[in-house]
Amino acid sequence: MKKLFAYPYVVWISIFIVVPLLLVLYYSLTAVDADGAAYFTLDNYRRFFEASTPGQPFLERIYVSVMLRSIWLALISTAICFVLGYPAAYIMAGKGFSDKSFLLFLFLVPMWMNFLLRTYAWLTILEQNGVLNNLLGFLGIPKLDILYTDAAVVLGMVYNFLPFMILPIYTSLRKTDRSLIEAAQDLGADGIKVFSRVVFPLSIPGVVSGVTMVFMPGVTTFIISNLLGGGQYILIGNLIEQQFLKVGDWRFGSAISVILIILILISMGIFARVDKEPVTTA
Amino acid sequence: MLKKIYLGLMLFFMYAPIIVLMIFSFNASKSRARWGGFTLDWYAELFQDPGIMKALSNTLLIAVFSALAATVIGTLAAIGIELLGSRLKSAVMSVTNLPVMNPDIVTGVSLMILFIFFIRLAGGGGLGFGTLLLSHIIFNVPYVILSVIPKLRRLDGNLYEAAQDLGAPPMKAFLKVVLPEIMPGVVTGMMLAFTLSVDDFVISFFTTGSGVSNLSILIFSMARRGVNPKINALSTLIFLVVLVLLYLINRRDTRNQKKQNAGESILEI
Amino acid sequence: MKRVMIVLGLVAALFAFTGCGSDTLNVFNWGDYIDEEVLGIFTEQTGIQVNYQNFATNEEMYTKIKNGGSEYDVLFPSDYMINKMIKEDMLEKLDMQNIPNIAHIGDQFRNLSYDPNGEYSVPYMWGTLGILYNTAMVDEAVDSWDILWNAKYENRIFMYESMRDSFTPAFKRLGFSINTTDSAEIDAAKRLLIEQKPIIRAYVGDAVKDSMIGGEGALSLVFSGDAVFCIEENPDLAFAVPKEGSNIWFDAVVVPKGTKHKKEAEAFINFLCDPDIALKNTEYIGYSTVNMTAFENLPQEVQDDPVYWPRLESLGNSEVFLDIGDYIGEYDKAWTEVLASE
Repeated sequence: MKKLFAYPYVVWISIFIVVPLLLVLYYSLTAVDADGAAYFTLDNYRRFFEASTPGQPFLERIYVSVMLRSIWLALISTAICFVLGYPAAYIMAGKGFSDKSFLLFLFLVPMWMNFLLRTYAWLTILEQNGVLNNLLGFLGIPKLDILYTDAAVVLGMVYNFLPFMILPIYTSLRKTDRSLIEAAQDLGADGIKVFSRVVFPLSIPGVVSGVTMVFMPGVTTFIISNLLGGGQYILIGNLIEQQFLKVGDWRFGSAISVILIILILISMGIFARVDKEPVTTA
Repeated sequence: MLKKIYLGLMLFFMYAPIIVLMIFSFNASKSRARWGGFTLDWYAELFQDPGIMKALSNTLLIAVFSALAATVIGTLAAIGIELLGSRLKSAVMSVTNLPVMNPDIVTGVSLMILFIFFIRLAGGGGLGFGTLLLSHIIFNVPYVILSVIPKLRRLDGNLYEAAQDLGAPPMKAFLKVVLPEIMPGVVTGMMLAFTLSVDDFVISFFTTGSGVSNLSILIFSMARRGVNPKINALSTLIFLVVLVLLYLINRRDTRNQKKQNAGESILEI
Repeated sequence: MKRVMIVLGLVAALFAFTGCGSDTLNVFNWGDYIDEEVLGIFTEQTGIQVNYQNFATNEEMYTKIKNGGSEYDVLFPSDYMINKMIKEDMLEKLDMQNIPNIAHIGDQFRNLSYDPNGEYSVPYMWGTLGILYNTAMVDEAVDSWDILWNAKYENRIFMYESMRDSFTPAFKRLGFSINTTDSAEIDAAKRLLIEQKPIIRAYVGDAVKDSMIGGEGALSLVFSGDAVFCIEENPDLAFAVPKEGSNIWFDAVVVPKGTKHKKEAEAFINFLCDPDIALKNTEYIGYSTVNMTAFENLPQEVQDDPVYWPRLESLGNSEVFLDIGDYIGEYDKAWTEVLASE
């Protein structure tokens, strides 16, 4: 009975997730010979790790370094989203706001405006003669020139993914059992202790969901790095997009995706371990 | 007070680009770099553009239906996943996460290939509204699951069993006991699904066929020549409509709440 | 197994959802690249409905057409993409008897290298690639690609994010063909671009127009059609095609193989070549028309504007992009190295 419940979903993911993914895997592991017949090869993967000059250190190889930079930027963005988003979710979930759902919606609504338009609007804000610098100039503060730097890319990611951090954290904080908090307070725990021992651990499933939903699209984004990074901070998403659309080399593009997926799976495995702890202690 | 300032700042951050976008919908110049004077022309032209209007209705239809379908599938799936043994559970969860971590372009192209395979198998039909809707459901489901799972984890399994022990049939026990408990997660998931659907370009482009377009495809394909300010006008209108609707619903809710002193409002997440 | 069948059945049902009326022409074009009014005129004249859809890049369009699954009848690819699609036997030969208005297309725009016999395509718009510069920031004459390497303009130069367009100045500066498949030449151009990167502000797409109009940049690589728009918005701007030569580009209309509406498609192409319609389109889009009759009906000052209408004789060293086949992979590797360099 219990297993039956998951069964239709297993069918669903087999068709719509596993099959397309196997397709990607197939492309990544094959090449075509002169007659158009496909054969097995690891060349697509080898190409990714290849040195462009002899003796080039592994981490400096071109595709590897792009991959590392993508993960690094996504990590920074995720961390900033967490630092900004957790307090926002906490405040909204707490007492004192009667129109919580309204507030929460306010965080979502900007996302309903087209992504490209919003990103263009950031260009208008961040330009040398843009809105921000005009404002700063008016206030007598020195100008800020962050457009087309990695700071702008991080800003774009934080802006676009912040609601994906706030929402799940809010959801898990929202129904935290008040009696637990009161019990802790009765036992003499101070505010910080209540938070670190009771509230935060209980919200960890939400944090994990949030981190997942921010980190993963952060690694694969390419439009943000194109527009706000001025193409100078190319990310792994750009590489894959380039292979599929500009070069038409689906095999190499697939190989990069597979490598990316494996790397993300490893990082998610680490998150999952963090996730498990409170479940066992709770 | 400090809390309000913090939320205010965060909201300002979220809305700054929207305000810029709205201001430029009144710009007589087609360029966002120059203020060419105030105009309402873009609004007038907007309503005479059948392409934009059709794309708008497609976008809304797809977003609403895909969010609803993904919510049902995702919620049931999340419950199913939680009922699995721990090893199976983590396997299914990993697979669930795959589309989220797969770059859109890869998801889009591989779904396109899969759909075309089905089409050849079925011997008819083509890419179009149906495939577009299906692909949106597919990429939305994981987000619903990710939103529902944290709530399920915290659900007391005994509640459901207690209800059943008291003679409630499984369906009723689910509707009366489980669903209300996980409702916040379900609604969050639905909102995320709606949001993602409205915004998706890459997957939509590859899974739609001749004659069916949505706003994202329209807007992104303008990128080579520059986005037409009509689109800014449209966004401004959508934004205002949404805001007014939200405000009205919220006002009605708070009034109802006061009347009945009930804890949960319709919008409660 | 039953459930699998149900899911499959549902999927099949979803596909049945689609399908278009028989008298509908499916047109696939760049975004905002036609005066949509003309679509209504076409339907009025012929009774053929037009289903109009957009793509953002040649390659996206190609991927969709190549894989099938959707039925498009008229496409608007660029030169090199037409070249590639002809090589891969993806296009229908057009019956020029059904397109009498082709007589209005200038001879200099017909039978070009991407479609040498002019059998598959009818040109739509054309232009060049050059340097848009702000005369308030640049005093010297702009007549050579060298200026894009001048450190004086550090952080005020914009290049295109698209690979082959950004390689063009480097190839031309070195005296190579923009269609080169010589690894040593690609490598030399790559090194030139890496050398240039520190003084570049950004590699951008259409955002370059707003940046130049807003005075954010002194120099940028821009298509001539976009330059017309920028100069209109900001009179400080000027445009030049360097003496080393550049790229001349064409977007043309083609019909993909296997269409069920070839006759209607040809009627549509013929309609686009009608001088009045071509005039409407060039006025709306702002790019240069290939239709000589329409050109002669433009205001005199537009006809004389060397930005809108580059003098072909001054473009002696310029070339049209051709499909470079698998060498695109080599370009891509070089381009990735440029973008990833510090």
